Amino acid sequence: MSAHKEAWGSRVGLVLAMAGNAVGLGNFLRFPAQAIQNGGGAFIIPYLICFLLMGIPLLFVEWSMGRFGGRFGDHSTPFILNSVSGGKRAWWKYVGVFGIFTNLAVAAYYCYLESWTLAYVWRSISGAFAGNDAAAVSQMFTDYVSLGTSEPIVFWIICLLLNTWILSRGLAGGVEVAAKVGMPLLIFFGVFLAVRGITLTAGEAGAVYDGTEGLNFLWTPDFSSIWDFKVWLAAAGQVFFTLSVGMGSIQCYASYLRQRDDVALNAMSAGWMNEFVEVVLGAAILIPISVGYLGIERVVELTQTGGLGLGFRTLPYLFQQWGPILAALAGMAWFGLLFFAGVTSSLAMGTPVMGFLRDEFGWRRERAAWAFGALVFILGAPTVFFFSYGVFDEYDYWAGSVSLVVFAMFEIILFAWVFGMDNAWAEINRNADMKVPVIYKYIIKYVTPVILICVFFGSLLSSGGILDKIANKDLHAQIAAATDPAQVTELEKTLTFVNGSRLLLVVIFALIALLVYLAQRKRNREGRVPIPSRE
Amino acid sequence: MSTPALIMMLSANGIVIAVTAYFFYKVLTTAPPDAVDEDDANFPRGG
Repeated sequence: MSAHKEAWGSRVGLVLAMAGNAVGLGNFLRFPAQAIQNGGGAFIIPYLICFLLMGIPLLFVEWSMGRFGGRFGDHSTPFILNSVSGGKRAWWKYVGVFGIFTNLAVAAYYCYLESWTLAYVWRSISGAFAGNDAAAVSQMFTDYVSLGTSEPIVFWIICLLLNTWILSRGLAGGVEVAAKVGMPLLIFFGVFLAVRGITLTAGEAGAVYDGTEGLNFLWTPDFSSIWDFKVWLAAAGQVFFTLSVGMGSIQCYASYLRQRDDVALNAMSAGWMNEFVEVVLGAAILIPISVGYLGIERVVELTQTGGLGLGFRTLPYLFQQWGPILAALAGMAWFGLLFFAGVTSSLAMGTPVMGFLRDEFGWRRERAAWAFGALVFILGAPTVFFFSYGVFDEYDYWAGSVSLVVFAMFEIILFAWVFGMDNAWAEINRNADMKVPVIYKYIIKYVTPVILICVFFGSLLSSGGILDKIANKDLHAQIAAATDPAQVTELEKTLTFVNGSRLLLVVIFALIALLVYLAQRKRNREGRVPIPSRE
Repeated sequence: MSTPALIMMLSANGIVIAVTAYFFYKVLTTAPPDAVDEDDANFPRGG
């Protein structure tokens, strides 16, 4: 059996850590942009339906699988899936590789993104945006990601060290403490900015429109959009993205539960806490403030490329209109909440990698944490240094989007159909502190797998989907349309980096699969069989 | 704000706030489990 024993210190700490895992930058930047592009207020209908039919079932499944694997001393998905399959079908272990690969590859670029928020907290407090016009503030972000100075590298290293240090202190002494500090602060900052956004009045502090204009625009329903398959695909994608399902981090956190602990109520509480941050706070900050100053048309234009531009290029300038003190406070609150949202998620990405190294190779916690930090540094370096060549976006697309859907599709089939729905239902309800509606037995068995298969094939075959991405259709079209030889050279260089990133990701996946193979051989040599651990 | 937008916003926010508060309250107030572990014989085995 695995020698490593670790446990959560308190139930509230666990729920906050799980909610922190789910709450990320996407809650504040991606959700409002998706809502605007997909029917405004009507988007909430497919979104909440997808949450009920796909999000909650996956939360139940992942929490239950994690607690089940923990009983056998397994804290990472390759061997959690192996335990759930009864150890009879060896290939499930290799499906579980996704649960380590995704966390590692996403952490590689996510820690860099997190470091932007930390740098922008510093810039806000130090008054770096004061006296600059909108174009200059926007240009500051371009210069930042172009590595015009050493500042991005310094903040990236600080972020990596901070994550590694917290992880090295363990679940109760590190991750849980970070969640207990970070989540309340995030909500406090969020409420402060939401109140400011909603009460923004035309003619005051340079605002052209009321903040409620933005809310009106965001929540006005276009019910015709409900019949559009793309809107449902976007809603399902947002639910995936926001809950951090299909990553392997929830299973890992849940594997440290005691067997007598509940999963049903904890899962619901953490999941709905994420929805509160996303629907209530996420919708009340970015769009109302931006619309108040820029108007609806300009905001729609800016959200076409997601919320990142609005968040980093536009908001720091808009805050300046509130006077130096309030601007510094608002900047600190905005980027501070993004930082806390980011760090509680990246800590969850480190735990499965550490769990695997500790379970299978007997590494100490500190050593495993530093190994994770070093791996993130090595794999993240291309996203930092070749950001402008699309490396960051490639990691995000393949590891942060496609892998999640593939893994979730397999895991629910394993849990509901291979493990067996009767066993699965008993596992979800074991020691449950709430009565799970029996309809979820049928939703988990039939509805969620069908939705996931639809999402996967929709992503595979849609225009601009996985197949088009593999063929680099968009880039080839840009190269064909380019007339300037210098631009053609740059685009061809981008193509090389894009293909190189994909190759790197495939190599990482293969190396993790090799480690899983070696771990299984080690288990066989040591005669380790999956025997339930006793507390 | 227009009436349809206000209805959508208030109903969505109301539902989310109420459900979140309810579950978190349950987490805070439910007594921790006793130390007795369940019988292994009743434990579902892998498929």
